[in-house]
Amino acid sequence: MKYSTTTQGKSFSFADLKTLMAKASPHRAADELAGLCADSELERAVAQQLLAEVPLKQFIEEPLIPPEADEVTRLIHSQFDAAMNSSMLAMCVGEFRDWLLTDTSNLAEISASLTPEMVAAVSKIMRNQDLIAVARRCQVITQFRNTIGLPGRLSTRLQPNHPTDDLRGIAASILDGLLYGSGDAVIGINPATDNLDNVTALLNLLDEIITHQQIPTQSCVLSHVTTTMELMRRGAPVDLVFQSIAGTEAANRSFGIDLNLLREAKAMAESLGRGRADSNIMYFETGQGSALSANAHHGVDAQTCEARAYAVAREFAPLLVNTVVGFIGPEYLYDGKQIIRAGLEDHFCGKLLGLPMGCDICYTNHSEADQNDMDNLLVLLGVAGCSFIMGIPGADDVMLAYQSTSFHDALFLRQTLNLRPAPEFEAWLNNMGIFNGCNMLASNRAHTALISNFHPQR
Amino acid sequence: MHDPWFNLRQFTQARIAQGRAGCALPTRALLDFQLAHAAARDAVHAPWQLAHCQASLTALGMEVLTLATPIQSRAHYLQRPDQGRCLVENSRKLLASRATHSCDIAIIMSNGLSSAAVEQHGVALLRTIITEFAKEPLQLAPLCLVPNARVALADEIGALLHAKLSIIIVGERPGLSAADSLGIYLTYAPQVGNSDAERNCISNIRPPHGMSYQLAAEKLFYLTQEALRREISGVALKDEMPRLPLPHPTLPPKI
Repeated sequence: MKYSTTTQGKSFSFADLKTLMAKASPHRAADELAGLCADSELERAVAQQLLAEVPLKQFIEEPLIPPEADEVTRLIHSQFDAAMNSSMLAMCVGEFRDWLLTDTSNLAEISASLTPEMVAAVSKIMRNQDLIAVARRCQVITQFRNTIGLPGRLSTRLQPNHPTDDLRGIAASILDGLLYGSGDAVIGINPATDNLDNVTALLNLLDEIITHQQIPTQSCVLSHVTTTMELMRRGAPVDLVFQSIAGTEAANRSFGIDLNLLREAKAMAESLGRGRADSNIMYFETGQGSALSANAHHGVDAQTCEARAYAVAREFAPLLVNTVVGFIGPEYLYDGKQIIRAGLEDHFCGKLLGLPMGCDICYTNHSEADQNDMDNLLVLLGVAGCSFIMGIPGADDVMLAYQSTSFHDALFLRQTLNLRPAPEFEAWLNNMGIFNGCNMLASNRAHTALISNFHPQR
Repeated sequence: MHDPWFNLRQFTQARIAQGRAGCALPTRALLDFQLAHAAARDAVHAPWQLAHCQASLTALGMEVLTLATPIQSRAHYLQRPDQGRCLVENSRKLLASRATHSCDIAIIMSNGLSSAAVEQHGVALLRTIITEFAKEPLQLAPLCLVPNARVALADEIGALLHAKLSIIIVGERPGLSAADSLGIYLTYAPQVGNSDAERNCISNIRPPHGMSYQLAAEKLFYLTQEALRREISGVALKDEMPRLPLPHPTLPPKI
């Protein structure tokens, strides 16, 4: 297929589909760093017009990354073949956008037959409100000890990190989070080191808290999958298996993983049987720019690489997928505007591909962004039906040195948009006297058993 | 306005028990946050007083080389990580002229994303590391100081010095509570193109709140010995050091 046209007396030509995709992408630093972005606003607008005319079947016929060079491409093709649904293929990207926005279109029915590239392409010609309108119609429900993603619900990952993994410090942050109603998606710690004894101590702490207080939630220590596998072999209490993933085989290799390793890890965790029957047991994190950062992007733009990571994720039926949108830094997403756009794109693409998408709405101190930008993205994703967000004391992660969303932010969003925690967790909050039965903090929650039972030992 | 469990702050610097005004932060907590963010932003953009660091290290008897990347300014550094990963030609020549047939370890230090971190802790951490490494007959290349470097620059430097292992100490991205934290990355068989999966990392070195110099040096020494013995680094090399000693031994709390 030829990708060329003449507009306003200027001729534009794009070498192939991946170039057209990159040039059609809303502006961001990552594509600029990779030398892939449009040279002018006009070139971007023209690329979007040409992209709108590309039939969806072209994404099957013209792989952006050759299957022989990349196992993620092979996975995408096998997922497409397995879906056995070619009803969308004749549609062009532009028609696809119109179809998605029609409120009678059945999104669940076509989800499995969509490839990441199709979804990334249509997102490039959608405005922020389009990304919200379609995402909020996607329903993705997962479960472990509770149920994530039900209509009218918003879950939170309680993230109680500590710079030296001090168990008392972590426990203090967990207690604070629970008292603010946080933690139904997962209580998830980023360990300061992957040291095996250290991670074991953290897993034991989480297991003891969840068991002792009978909290309907799940735990995770976000160490490398090989560390988690070793700890499962040693009998540590692993609920969810975590791994960072990316959209190309080479980028995944830079993370020290491949698809087979993830399959092995999932099978190990399933054999532990710690959740309900048929639970979702994987927790993945992603973020635009990771493939470029690993010099493994094959000339494909950052947002399309990110969408390809969702093909990896959906292969493993995860409980949670979290796009850590602003963590990577300004050389990939320069400012609040780029972070907000990327967060909405990732949530849209993930949801349309059938994933339980949450978002770490975040930024670093070397980005041109602040908490006001996070407030904006928070509200937008709340409206879009985001499955979960982070809960961090005061939005300040004292271990990873970045800012995200706080326990307070989740309360604000729940009250403003009338969103409630996962039902099992909400019942627990009410029983413990933390919530008042009306989706709000109880006025006397300082007297709950949770506090009187807290005994940090010295 | 604090919550009744504010005394738990003794266990963590995290912003717990802040109280609330409706669903929002109380005014004092909000403005404290804004102040910390302002300080962190300033720390990112401050330059490194390199000459001062160089003089201190030379006074300790260390042989020091000063190298450069093509980076011209902090803004340039933030937007072009690729240029923070390569040396200017003069620096390459300098290293080539200093390379011996082979050595065990090349140690590099850069301000990275926080000049405050390397100015506050760099010299003291290096002194502790050198003392720890003196326990074994390891051959060290001259210490390299490079402003505005990225972690992967250690690959090129290590390769040019024919080192079996490269170690780079860099200022970590400033957070609100910690604008002066150092990280160490270790790579066995350094060469241009090494991936991050081939590195081991020790982070949050920032006494008294973060990791102590001594513990960081002991962990680095442990990883170095294991990397040289097993001829690997990265995800295949697990940190199996016993969890203690930590600066303050902790027992699991009961909730």
